[in-house]
Amino acid sequence: MVLTQSARRRFQTALSYVLLLSGAALIMIPLVWMVSTSLKEPSAVYTFPPKIIPDPVRWSNFPESLTIAPFGRFYVNTAIVTLANIVGHLFSCSLVAFAFARLRAPGKNLLFMLVLSTVMIPFYVRMIPLFILYRTFGWLDTLLPLIVPAFFAGNAFYIFLLRQFFLTINRELEDAARIDGCSTFGVYWRIILPLSQPALAMIAVFDFVFNWNDFLGPLIFLNSVRNRTVAVGLAYFQGSLETAPMMHLLMAAALISIIPVLVLFFFTQRYFIQGIVFTGMKG
Amino acid sequence: MLGPIVASLYLGFTNYDAFSAPKWVGIDNFARLFQDPLFWKSLRVSALYSLMSVPLLLVVGLFIAILLNQALRGMSFLRTIYYMPAVISGVAASMLWIWIFHPDFGILNAGLALIGIRGPAWLWDQTWALPSIVLMSLWGVGSSMLINLGGLQSIPTALYEAAEIDGAPAWRRFFSITLPMLTPVIFYNLVTGIIGALQIFTQGYIMTQGGPNNATLFYVLYLYRNGFEWFRLGLASAMAWLLFLILILLTAFIFKSSPMWVYYEAGDA
Repeated sequence: MVLTQSARRRFQTALSYVLLLSGAALIMIPLVWMVSTSLKEPSAVYTFPPKIIPDPVRWSNFPESLTIAPFGRFYVNTAIVTLANIVGHLFSCSLVAFAFARLRAPGKNLLFMLVLSTVMIPFYVRMIPLFILYRTFGWLDTLLPLIVPAFFAGNAFYIFLLRQFFLTINRELEDAARIDGCSTFGVYWRIILPLSQPALAMIAVFDFVFNWNDFLGPLIFLNSVRNRTVAVGLAYFQGSLETAPMMHLLMAAALISIIPVLVLFFFTQRYFIQGIVFTGMKG
Repeated sequence: MLGPIVASLYLGFTNYDAFSAPKWVGIDNFARLFQDPLFWKSLRVSALYSLMSVPLLLVVGLFIAILLNQALRGMSFLRTIYYMPAVISGVAASMLWIWIFHPDFGILNAGLALIGIRGPAWLWDQTWALPSIVLMSLWGVGSSMLINLGGLQSIPTALYEAAEIDGAPAWRRFFSITLPMLTPVIFYNLVTGIIGALQIFTQGYIMTQGGPNNATLFYVLYLYRNGFEWFRLGLASAMAWLLFLILILLTAFIFKSSPMWVYYEAGDA
């Protein structure tokens, strides 16, 4: 069959839309299923075939799910860890990156390679010594193991990202500032940081998502119920309810827990996209 | 950063229960691991998972990226939809997928029933448990898709224009331009994909607790159990180092092989 050029184009466009929209539907079905279950009456959850539209809609699942475990505490803990990490990482990693990008010191490049090589080391290699270290400090079952490393530039990847960004900043501005008597710290604080807002924003959103979702770290370092983060709290909640038919509450609790990240994602999408593409290109 | 790593290596050669002082035992931990059928089982489970999920994510991610890389309406909206699951936490996603996979009341088997297929018991079936988790990993195809999309957009359009003038058909343009130009991105996706897949833990911990019959006993899950449920910290350190070693060798191998299949533009490295 011979098709004209424009007919073929149109066919191609239509086929692309069909494929993309069915793919998008497949991506959305799990979330629709989650929302649907979270709004159902307990008796409507275990039916076959399942109904997608809950009837009646039971909004009270949401407040009820929050009372089954101390979720208030979990959210406060997670918020503390997440915000502290963002502040700590933004400040300490940018300071280290600034030193690597601008200052001169013997062996600087070697040191940078050393820092960079730690990106390769997975958490499971570090977790046992860290566990022992924090136990010696008496930090187990507190939020400290999840917070303090952020203030000591504990993320080589962010350092790398920021250094690369700083290297693209024109030096003339700094030279002018120095002539006007600006200190080295002044250059960092008043010139480099304000000019690096996109890179800093990118790190902030990634750090938010990582810490909000982190599971293995909090699982190992935290113990008592009131110290848990949302991820660990949810897992605990699930473990205690799995035998009981409480799927509607489980889905409601899980849905609440992902809302902050989804909201952040929708409002800061371009940082996510830039960040992923940037790491993919430079990696 | 380096302190813990050296400590971890040292602990790998000790018998340490977290309460009494670590005792040097030489290679005993390694010898014990090599005789432990569950160690081999967990290594196999993680390797199988990586073998299934990494290529699948690469291919599907590339396919979606190619479709999205057209000048059509609504592409950025669709890109958002496709990436969205990648920001959802492993714990919440795992809980959701337990319910999706529910043999009697889950939506997956309900959907299959519509087209006349009686679905398996998924996570509750020894044969299907691991493929189920692979299937779930496809939900997070967004990261692979985005990186591929970035790669596609950096291919100079002049190449395609020239090919079109020469009358090269679409499949030819794909294999002679798109794929070679994309190899650095595929390389990156492959390395990070393997590193990520071998670290899988949450799904096994939350969804199946390693079961049924250890069918989803991922390596890091077994490591976690040894270390933090049974307090064999020396043994767990040895396990961590073995996996790390495998990872390094694997990465080195991929890097070594890269000149054969990764195309770098001259001067761009």
